Amino acid sequence: MKVNISSENGTAIAMLSGEIDHHSARSLRTEIDKFVITMQPEKLAMDFTGITFMDSSGIGLIIGRYKLLKECGGQLEIRGPQPYIRRVLKLSGIERIVKIV
Amino acid sequence: MEIINEMKILLPSHSVNEGAARAAVSSFVIQADPTVEELSDIRTAVSEAVTNAIVHGYRGTMGNIELTVRLLAEREIYIRIKDKGCGIANVEQAMEPLFTTAPEEERSGLGFSVMESFMDKLRVSSKVGKGTTVTMRKRLVKNGD
Repeated sequence: MKVNISSENGTAIAMLSGEIDHHSARSLRTEIDKFVITMQPEKLAMDFTGITFMDSSGIGLIIGRYKLLKECGGQLEIRGPQPYIRRVLKLSGIERIVKIV
Repeated sequence: MEIINEMKILLPSHSVNEGAARAAVSSFVIQADPTVEELSDIRTAVSEAVTNAIVHGYRGTMGNIELTVRLLAEREIYIRIKDKGCGIANVEQAMEPLFTTAPEEERSGLGFSVMESFMDKLRVSSKVGKGTTVTMRKRLVKNGD
């Protein structure tokens, strides 16, 4: 599990790769939150293109970041989930609060 | 229940073993030639059940998780995940979507919903102080031969 975060014009992009489960979500959470709290981006895009597996721990990860961004006055966006990841996202109903592109 | 093949493994409740459990189940199920979607469904359901055992069953302690996978007649996959952890006082409530006892750890409360949606059958039996057993079944679509 890896995350590379870059920022441009107030938008931070977190490029995720590998598998998201309860085990890997912890370190992702720490890295992303450190960046968001320090940089206060207007928008955080979590890019799921490189994610090969995700269970409901990924939903917890997204909801947690959504709350953090909201507290900081920013927005969260999910980018590029594979069809299979979309099924997990759909089951959670998260698209009602987070934009998925 | 005609058992064509069976695998049993015992995993300590280290969270890194969530991935190990998925990998082991995938390796076994692949012999039945599942579709990519079916394999994803099974991997996800196993991940949820094993995570529940680690996060809730053995919360703050260590114990073993017994994982049994069977290939049954007519391409049915049977999976049993058993822990000897704290057990669930109210199984019905635990299975409600979004119910969680660990919101501070960002648990979404969707584990059982995922298992129910991605598998054909789900059964949960639990006894407080004794542990929890999750049994799931999924029939694979007919292959071409």
